[in-house]
Amino acid sequence: METRPIEHYKNTVNESSALIARLKRIATMGMPIQADDRSADSWLAQGMPPAQLHEVFATMDDAACGAGFAVACALVGGAAPVMWLRTEASERQGGRLHAGGLVEIGLDVSSLVLGVVEDEASLLRAAADAARCPGLGMLLIESWGRAPKIDLTATRRLMLAAEASGVTILSLRIGADPVPSAAATRWQVGALRSRPLEADAPGKPAFNIELLRRRGGQAGLRWRVEWDRDTYIFNKLAAETAAGDTADAPLAVVPIGAGDPAALSRAGVSVAADRAAADDAAASVRRTG
Amino acid sequence: MRPHLFVGRDETPVAFVETVAGGIRLKALDRAAVRAGLEPGLTLADARARVPELEVYDHDSHADHEWLERLADGCQRYTPSVALDAPDGLILDIAGCVHEFEGERRLAADLEDRLARRGLLVRHAFGDTPDTARALARYAGAPAPDEKRAVKRLPVAALGLDEDATTALCRAGLKTVGDVMARPLSVIAARFGEEAAMMIRRLDGSVKGPIVARRTVAKIGVERRFAEPITRTDYALEILAELAAEANVQLTERHEGGRRWEARLFRADGLVQRLRIETGQPTRDVALLMRLFRERIDSLADPLDPGFGYDLLRLDVALAETLDASQLKLEGGEAQRGDVAQLVDQLSTRLGRTRVRRFSARDSHIPEQAELMLPAAETPAPTAWITPEKGEPPLRPIYLFDPPQPIESMMSEVPDGPPHRFRWRRTVHDVAHSEGPERIAGEWWRREDIPTRDYYRIEDRRGRRFWIFRHGLYSEVETPRWYLHGLFA
Repeated sequence: METRPIEHYKNTVNESSALIARLKRIATMGMPIQADDRSADSWLAQGMPPAQLHEVFATMDDAACGAGFAVACALVGGAAPVMWLRTEASERQGGRLHAGGLVEIGLDVSSLVLGVVEDEASLLRAAADAARCPGLGMLLIESWGRAPKIDLTATRRLMLAAEASGVTILSLRIGADPVPSAAATRWQVGALRSRPLEADAPGKPAFNIELLRRRGGQAGLRWRVEWDRDTYIFNKLAAETAAGDTADAPLAVVPIGAGDPAALSRAGVSVAADRAAADDAAASVRRTG
Repeated sequence: MRPHLFVGRDETPVAFVETVAGGIRLKALDRAAVRAGLEPGLTLADARARVPELEVYDHDSHADHEWLERLADGCQRYTPSVALDAPDGLILDIAGCVHEFEGERRLAADLEDRLARRGLLVRHAFGDTPDTARALARYAGAPAPDEKRAVKRLPVAALGLDEDATTALCRAGLKTVGDVMARPLSVIAARFGEEAAMMIRRLDGSVKGPIVARRTVAKIGVERRFAEPITRTDYALEILAELAAEANVQLTERHEGGRRWEARLFRADGLVQRLRIETGQPTRDVALLMRLFRERIDSLADPLDPGFGYDLLRLDVALAETLDASQLKLEGGEAQRGDVAQLVDQLSTRLGRTRVRRFSARDSHIPEQAELMLPAAETPAPTAWITPEKGEPPLRPIYLFDPPQPIESMMSEVPDGPPHRFRWRRTVHDVAHSEGPERIAGEWWRREDIPTRDYYRIEDRRGRRFWIFRHGLYSEVETPRWYLHGLFA
């Protein structure tokens, strides 16, 4: 038989009074859900809104793109340390995480804690514990396949835990179809051809991003972005040049957030990359490794 | 051995058999079988002819050993220093441990009682050294007034020499250990080897053989005994919390915190259940410890079973590290990192230490060996990772396949170049951009025949980026194969 100390009930009372206060506050504001009043482009320079649950969908073929985007989101939002939870199925089918590659995206791997769990049920259980840990910057939950246990109830729990602890939770769903969820935003990430470097070498990571859903805000927006790990910023790529197989011409970088001077100055740095564009025929051999 | 078979059973003789060259032979017998005139070494056919009702089981030496280990665990209620004397003996160092029992004979009686409840018949002996005790327990000699003379009256077999040496000693007219001891040691050593001389010196007490204890003695241990065994696990946990508080008092005095804790719940019937937890940071937080113990109990394959009740609980701090009282309160940042450490401890306890990991760099140029996954609970020292060069794209993939996945290269522009098109997981990829080769040689100082790998970073027409390699140069291998080793973001 379990005997609960009196403190436990005190805590419950405190929690419920806090909840009532919050509900009152929401009622007076007349805002049932928090609207995102930031501009649609703000995530490029600031990352995803903190202390919320976000979903990132990627097909199985684009698994690495999804993971790269997720890590980049943690970096751009300055969220550290990162805890990455994944299942054995992910390790088996998607390959294991490679520290060398994570470093090259810009992540400080010494702060990364990786949890590999047996199945989806333990994934959710571990995620529930991690979501309550305010010391974490970002919790990354990688699921592989349909993962039916990550449903409306599970996501609502995670969302509540994120709001309480301040941890940004990113649910990376590889090979899954969107189902109803309580996440604040939902993204679809796909591969995008990079701006090739000298000697026809593949360039920096580039992604096709679509904002499928956003609570209290505009959705259905698309971006073509390139991740710059030196400046921790997503650079927008000009849309017209990126389409199709004919895009062998170099893509132009467009400074982001024209109305936002801070973002502009940061973007300015990234434009002045010290690498020559692909049409610089003089340098035809690139040093590797 | 199947202990439950021996409790309260009827008188049907039981034998354990093993298959050796020349047929199935008896390995071990119970009392009824011995009374019926059987002995180990007999063939099963002979035994069956003599005792038709004989029950026969396969002998399982691993199970025997495990059982002996469990008994040894149980004996740690008497002394922390218990050694196995395989296949069927235990050696306890009870020096300084008899005060609970008013004398060594009471201790031995208590131990025999407990084991008898499990149907075990044991023989014990005391000795000044482990070797004399062992010899006296295992071999029967003529009665003697004291230990020294008892040893001398043991048969020469007690020396534990091989069969030939024992027979040779008997033929030479040396029937007892005392007979051998009366001879000069140098003669014995010359004729029967250094080993025999050593054994004699051990038995006469001039050399003390070491007890190879199964476990090291913990720095801090607290325990509580119960006259009336407790049968409720909840209550046992409450006691455990009190023990943790007691241990913390000792830790505080030493300015230390525990990192590895072990709780042992001794059952009245002689078995013991152990719960081990480990924390990433030294701690003296009872609430945290109890939470981890509960996690550990939840994750047990078999739930805790008090049986007839626990009559002794012990909590050991197996590893302690410096922890100053003010360390966590100095600055907020430290406390925040502590949160993550707690989370790591909690998940490590529930999922298993190896499932919660951190990366650690290793000095190897082979990509899959250049990093190590260490349990996060061990807080590895931060290692230096190579900082990527500014302006470069990522040169290493974020997902790595181990082992690399074979791909089918369908077209190569030049023999030494990357494929123009390849098939992986039933999908054809057309290569749009590529870079390479980055040549990674095998560790030729370990093995010479490891082929060189030529790595290429490639991007297909849909923008997916791969890390592929050709296993072997054309000069090394006739038709080198292609593998996909990783995926870039």
